[in-house]
Amino acid sequence: MRNLLIFITKYNAFFLFLIFEISSLLIYVKYNSFQKATFINSTNQVTGNLYAKVNEFKGYLSLKDVNDRLAKENAELRNQLRSSKYVDTVAKHSVTDTIYKQQYTYIEAQVISNSINKRNNYLTISRGSHDGLVKGMGVINGQGVVGKVMFVGEHMAVVQSLLHKDTRFSAMLANSKEIGYLQWSEDLNPRKGLLGEVSNNAQPKIGEMVVTSDLSLFPAGIPLGKVSKLTTKGGGFFLNMEVALAVDFSKLEYVYVVVNKFALEQTKLEAQEIKPDE
Amino acid sequence: MSRIILINLIRFVMLVLLQVFLLKNITLYNLSTPYLYILFIVLLPFETPNLVLFVLSFILGLTIDAFYDTPGLHAAACTLLAFVRVLFISITVQKDGFDNEPEPTLSIMGFRWFFTYALILTLFHHFFLFNLEVFKFTEIGYTLSRFLLSSVFTVFLMLLSGLLFFKKKERK
Repeated sequence: MRNLLIFITKYNAFFLFLIFEISSLLIYVKYNSFQKATFINSTNQVTGNLYAKVNEFKGYLSLKDVNDRLAKENAELRNQLRSSKYVDTVAKHSVTDTIYKQQYTYIEAQVISNSINKRNNYLTISRGSHDGLVKGMGVINGQGVVGKVMFVGEHMAVVQSLLHKDTRFSAMLANSKEIGYLQWSEDLNPRKGLLGEVSNNAQPKIGEMVVTSDLSLFPAGIPLGKVSKLTTKGGGFFLNMEVALAVDFSKLEYVYVVVNKFALEQTKLEAQEIKPDE
Repeated sequence: MSRIILINLIRFVMLVLLQVFLLKNITLYNLSTPYLYILFIVLLPFETPNLVLFVLSFILGLTIDAFYDTPGLHAAACTLLAFVRVLFISITVQKDGFDNEPEPTLSIMGFRWFFTYALILTLFHHFFLFNLEVFKFTEIGYTLSRFLLSSVFTVFLMLLSGLLFFKKKERK
């Protein structure tokens, strides 16, 4: 027993190393596999507030850019207004529209922390469960798809960015409607994505838009990027291609969280379907 | 004694703030990202007890993790760093006579020793960090190049800060 104690005190560095290494790896593995919201992330009081403070300062620097983008978006939305279209029939009916009901609503949120230079990137936004956010909601901005909500705190949430090794969104080619999936390219370029598993019948052209498909958690048709290069890597039964991403991740300021009214119903149904029936 | 604690406390806060609000946003060619915050562990006094050293490394790692949203990742890497530090110092530095040389800084230990020390510690830390973060064998080539170039960047910043806070030797 005494020898054991002497042994342990002599090599105390090694044993201390083992203890701390194992505990940190446990934290790492647990957090990654179960995706539990722990207190060690940027939605907690201290880190969240610090990020928010610094962001307030930085906000002024990019005001001009944000204004330009908002103005452009406003113009686009204005174009879609009914009042900016003319009617080319003579008789004008007023129709109460009962066919269309709102399926998606949007919550605007400010990005208070963001990164683009790691293998797995996250952003923190200024809305949380208090504002109706739930894990798994999609996040977009005026340019296109940004990511999906991962952890929800009371007043803040962490979003798993498209620039993450586990992020995959169902996508389609805008013209041919061929479906595939989009993920971040492996060389960690924040402007490049990879569109994979497109059927061989598709004939994509360089410059063709890639948009979200009906299968994704976003409304169909939100831009993801443009086809920039046709590669044959992987080959086989599927086509792969490089996509220039629509969103400039280095300049995210404001984003919209997509609330899908039917999301709960859909996940419930799909969970049922997956269960094996004996 | 209390002066040393105060200096290290200030260093801790400054390095974390620098890392989180400035260096986090810096990348060269999507390859090289500096992690200068480990300078805190590198510069702890020689006579820090092992227990304190490991606890501080663990806390530093978790603090960075909180800002980076990766609980455990930096903590694991920092713990490894602390262990390598203990080994390196026990091999290269004789244990007696630290009356007036309490810290492994550039100005006290000289360029050659400090450079080797910083380089080896950074290499271990970054290698572990990048590989644990990616954890995919298929991307090993890319991860390795990121690891090497980031290490160069970090060591460069460390030497730069060493020169910036260079103190003339008090010994005659």
